Amino acid sequence: MDVGARPHPLTSDLADVVGRLRENTVEMRSRGRASGSGIIWRADGLIATSAHVVGDAEPVRPGAQVVLADGRRLPATLVAWDRKLDLALLRVEARDLPAALIGDSDRLRAGELVLAVGHPFGLIGAVVTGVVHAAPALGGHAGPRWVQADLRLAPGNSGGPMADAGGRVVGVNAMIVGRLALAVPSRVVEAFAMRCAPR
Amino acid sequence: MQTLLSLSNDLASAVERAARAVVTVHARPRLPSTGVLWRPGIVVTAEHTVRVDEEIRVALSDGRAAPATLVGRDPGTDLAVLRIGESDRLAAEIGDSAELKVGNLVLAVGYGPRASWGVVSAVGGAWRTWRGGEVDRLLRVDLVLYPGFSGGPLVDASGKVAGLVTSGLSRQLELAVPTSTVTRVVDELLATGRVSRGYLGVGLQSVALPEALRRLAPGAGTRGLIVVSIEADGPAARAGLMLGDVLVALEGTPLHDPGDVPAAIAGRRVGTTVTVSLVRGGAPLDLAVTLGERPSRRR
Repeated sequence: MDVGARPHPLTSDLADVVGRLRENTVEMRSRGRASGSGIIWRADGLIATSAHVVGDAEPVRPGAQVVLADGRRLPATLVAWDRKLDLALLRVEARDLPAALIGDSDRLRAGELVLAVGHPFGLIGAVVTGVVHAAPALGGHAGPRWVQADLRLAPGNSGGPMADAGGRVVGVNAMIVGRLALAVPSRVVEAFAMRCAPR
Repeated sequence: MQTLLSLSNDLASAVERAARAVVTVHARPRLPSTGVLWRPGIVVTAEHTVRVDEEIRVALSDGRAAPATLVGRDPGTDLAVLRIGESDRLAAEIGDSAELKVGNLVLAVGYGPRASWGVVSAVGGAWRTWRGGEVDRLLRVDLVLYPGFSGGPLVDASGKVAGLVTSGLSRQLELAVPTSTVTRVVDELLATGRVSRGYLGVGLQSVALPEALRRLAPGAGTRGLIVVSIEADGPAARAGLMLGDVLVALEGTPLHDPGDVPAAIAGRRVGTTVTVSLVRGGAPLDLAVTLGERPSRRR
């Protein structure tokens, strides 16, 4: 038996976290084209994404679709859209979806590991890793609204999850400023969901 | 899951530990830079971010402001040393850059604290910066240096300072100045207020040495350096060097490229005498030159 080449436990941990996060991530499509990523926020079919993934000046181009990790394509209806928060909520008719674990963006520490999963450039479920650049409480040029991460996002990551090392979603990827990834903090998303789609 | 989570916690704790000795340096318009409390009351930052000599302000990690005075600058290694009144603050825990290996996880910490992570991508021997400074080791890192990170610490996964990051020593590469170099420059600046470098005071150009000349001058390589300008009353002029002299060796080291000269006299103190071997009018000649001090180029 070859005992010399066992994979480091870090590798399998990372694979587990990424595997689960990919199941929580959906591809957003409109008019037959990929427009970004989304997160299964609740098992009953509530999907969170960025407002700009669902529409520019006004919400929802007709024919919005959500593609699950298992390949199912479901039509989605709009629940809420807020351009200022850059958040949108949609609903798909499904039950027992693999909902994301929701983390606490207020407890993030600079330097802790973060991961993002999304569909940049048509790559399904692509993962990138990085660290928290600054905790959301810190102002800086980007303002306190965002989780700032040293993480290499691409345009198709918009609306997808930024998660901590436990795979808990701490933000919705919103934009890239300079070489920083900015995400809407999970606290803001959860408050938005509670307001617009009470359980 | 435990390994990944504990790595994540370790990285965040490393940033937190290092951040206690990280300060914000206000010494240029608009964008502040980062500094490290190298010793109690002594802050090191990147020289290129210190655009003023007076009215420098430093903000400590707890937000308190402290006036700072400039102890000195060494543009060669892109390091500047400031003194702050608050000497009760804990200084950074300084590690040894020589322990870093290619592939080691490292973080850069900017004021805030803000973090950036990556790995050590290359290590190497001593090198000379484009600004003329001697750096003990090459330390190249694969991480993003965000605006304002220059002067901040490069830390290892335990939070110990492994170097000082700066964007001032290379446009293309992310480099860190090793801790041994920082400590040496800090000592010298605290002692004398400046880092002096030996200086010849000549302009040189590389020329091919004909076979006949090479045979004349033992110790010569395939190329020599022709004197194309000479500073009036500089060290070389005082030693009798003339326009048109072809330098072939310095203290027995062959000279091929103009950069070989500062490399050969680096580390030699001002006032020491070196032997320059040259060819003048087809004949070999050795001259003793007493190194002078490079005139400062102040902004």
